[in-house]
Amino acid sequence: MGTNQRGIMQQVWDFFCSLKLTLFLLITLAITSIIGTIIPQYPNIDERYWATISTARRAFYDKLGFFDMYHSWWFLALLAIFSINLIACSIKRLPHVFTFIREPAVTISETQQKIFMCKDFKLQGSIDESRDKLAAFIESSFAKPVITQAGNQYHLFAQKNPWCRLGVYVVHASILVIMAGTIIGNIWGYKGFVAIVEGETINTVKSRNDKDIPLGFEVRCDQFTVTFYDSPGGGPQMPKEFKSILTLTEQGKEIPGYKHARVIVNEPLTYKGITFYQSSYGQANNPTTFYFTIRDRENGKLEQIALRPGAHTRLPDGRLAAIVDLTDNPGEGLAAVVGIKDQEPEPKFFKVYKNRPELDELRGDKLIFVFTGTDAKLYTGLQVNKDPGVWVVWIGCIMMCVGLCIAFFISHKRVWIVVQHGYARMYGNASKNQPGFTIAFDALADEFNRQNI
Amino acid sequence: MLSAKLFNVTTIFYMLSMLAFFGFLASRNKIAGTAGSALAWLGFAIQTVAIGFRWKESYDIGMGHAPMSNLYESVVFFAWSIVLIFGIIDIKYRYRVIGAFVMPFALLGMAWAQMYLPADINPLMPALQSNWLLYHVITCFLGYAAFAVACGVSGMYLIKSRSEEKNTEAAGGMMSHFPPTRVLDDLNYKAIMVGFPLLTLGIITGAAWANYAWGTYWSWDPKETWSLIVWFIYAAFLHARFTKGWVGKRAAWLSIIGFMATIFCYLGVNLLLSGLHSYGSLN
Ligand code: HEM
Repeated sequence: MGTNQRGIMQQVWDFFCSLKLTLFLLITLAITSIIGTIIPQYPNIDERYWATISTARRAFYDKLGFFDMYHSWWFLALLAIFSINLIACSIKRLPHVFTFIREPAVTISETQQKIFMCKDFKLQGSIDESRDKLAAFIESSFAKPVITQAGNQYHLFAQKNPWCRLGVYVVHASILVIMAGTIIGNIWGYKGFVAIVEGETINTVKSRNDKDIPLGFEVRCDQFTVTFYDSPGGGPQMPKEFKSILTLTEQGKEIPGYKHARVIVNEPLTYKGITFYQSSYGQANNPTTFYFTIRDRENGKLEQIALRPGAHTRLPDGRLAAIVDLTDNPGEGLAAVVGIKDQEPEPKFFKVYKNRPELDELRGDKLIFVFTGTDAKLYTGLQVNKDPGVWVVWIGCIMMCVGLCIAFFISHKRVWIVVQHGYARMYGNASKNQPGFTIAFDALADEFNRQNI
Repeated sequence: MLSAKLFNVTTIFYMLSMLAFFGFLASRNKIAGTAGSALAWLGFAIQTVAIGFRWKESYDIGMGHAPMSNLYESVVFFAWSIVLIFGIIDIKYRYRVIGAFVMPFALLGMAWAQMYLPADINPLMPALQSNWLLYHVITCFLGYAAFAVACGVSGMYLIKSRSEEKNTEAAGGMMSHFPPTRVLDDLNYKAIMVGFPLLTLGIITGAAWANYAWGTYWSWDPKETWSLIVWFIYAAFLHARFTKGWVGKRAAWLSIIGFMATIFCYLGVNLLLSGLHSYGSLN
């Protein structure tokens, strides 16, 4: 390799090792990330959005990948450079850190003597005697010292937590681990969706690009239910729980523990690395029968009736009732529109909310309707994921938290005592929390004075 | 409801505390500083009780959940976190004047919540029914609060360093009460050192929760992305200390920018951008 070439290699290496690059990348990532929070991102782009921007702008954005910004080539390139920067910095520095930990500076240098905190002491006995007493003292009140002779001096060196210097590298490694986890998930995992009608069974799910993915087992939806909060004021009803009851089978055989298993929001179900999340629901078919309970206001007698679209049904009091419509407005919940025909030519229409008996009482009719349901089946919409990388991501997250705590809250403390005849000087240094260490150092000095060495 | 009354009392205490700290700044009277801290702590104690009551009240009306699920509750909790972090720093470092720069944040939060935000206890929609909500909110907000303190300290740094440069300061003037710039710079760093791991935990618990609820730990929705932007800014702050020239003023500015991004992440995203977070828009 020519010197010129080596020069270039060296420059490239220095470029990737530089902390200026790190700063540039962190700030650039922060600023560019804003784009995707302002411009709508695929696949959540509302069709109406296109009308609000010009075609030229759309083409421009498209070219720069702004509609899928976080997966655009340039954003991924930034992330790639970011990880190279991280790896290069670690390769460059880690060996030094290991040396620093394994072969600490057991004698204190001139420069260190100038900048580290220190205290002076008078000694009584011979230098060898003092040295041994000091060694015992520092071992009992701080850490076991290493003793080195330097000219007519002895340097006693003791340290605590040198390994905490590695905390930063645990943090940096954790970032790479998390990235690896997401890559694993992207390559060997998938995200899919399936809608299962109550009572039916499926064994494949649809991927994002509309391909069928076989699960390798079957899933039956036994039941889907929605429950609501009571709304005492009669206000809009808030859903409380969406619940699917699923049974998993393998070649028709039930799997122990997966019979009538429950899936609700925030409590997914996992089998063989595939996880089912409650995500949506809906009606699978138009109902053909509507069920009501009717209560007579006077004598309280209850009667069940069924109404069918297109047909009239005679009520207990002789009037004719017909089902007109089914509504499901957000916040109101399911309601049936019922028409009752009395003497007048025009029928009277009214809305009956599902499971809200108190509301129909207000209508004042002598028959109080309670809408109990229809024969329509519901389907449950399940998000189906396989992500073999998710554990790697969580391990990375734990590493990051542990690493941050080590890097910020554990301090590498070092103490040197330079012993001469009749005289000693103690130096101290800590990598974090200097004020805290100053107090500890002063306490150590007081202890020293009490020893009468 | 009792909790609402107690929150009003809290707001008054924070206001008095702030005024006491301002008085301390102006008069250099030690008693005013002590009163400021004492009032802040009292308000904090009352607010803690009030949050407990609100939690219990939600159970009484049959929707039991931790009081951290809508904008009102989160702003109240944010104010609480700020006072907590300030209190810890107050105990540890005893630089009372910091209160004059931090308590206004807490007061602003409480006043806004009490005057303008709907305080009803709402039932929790299914996606929010998770213990992760609690862990996520607590870690995020303690982190935000630490950044608020860092921002206040940075403001002090900039004021103090300017007056030192211009040398306008009369001996014994208001500035002499400010901690030395070296200390302010260090406090800024310390507050971020507390906030950064908390924000990291907040992002992680959010990801874990999203993974339970939707099956994706990261989907680049605006809220998530902004929390990452904030994270990048503070990571830049931490690394900037290792390269020359990025302590002192530049660090103070970076800390202020970081807190502005934090506030945008917390409020701006919900009010200006759309997303799937619970408190949604104001209306
Ligand atoms: C391109 C990416 C990065 C590079 C090259 C890089 C490099 C470095 C270097 C060289 C140090 C100084 C280590 C020392 O000698 O003490 C450091 C410190 C640190 N880095 Fe990074 N870093 C990167 C990204 C990150 C990110 C994204 C985080 C976020 C968690 C992070 C967290 C830290 C922390 C917490 C410290 C310790 C700071 C302190 O003690 O004040 N780093 N980094």
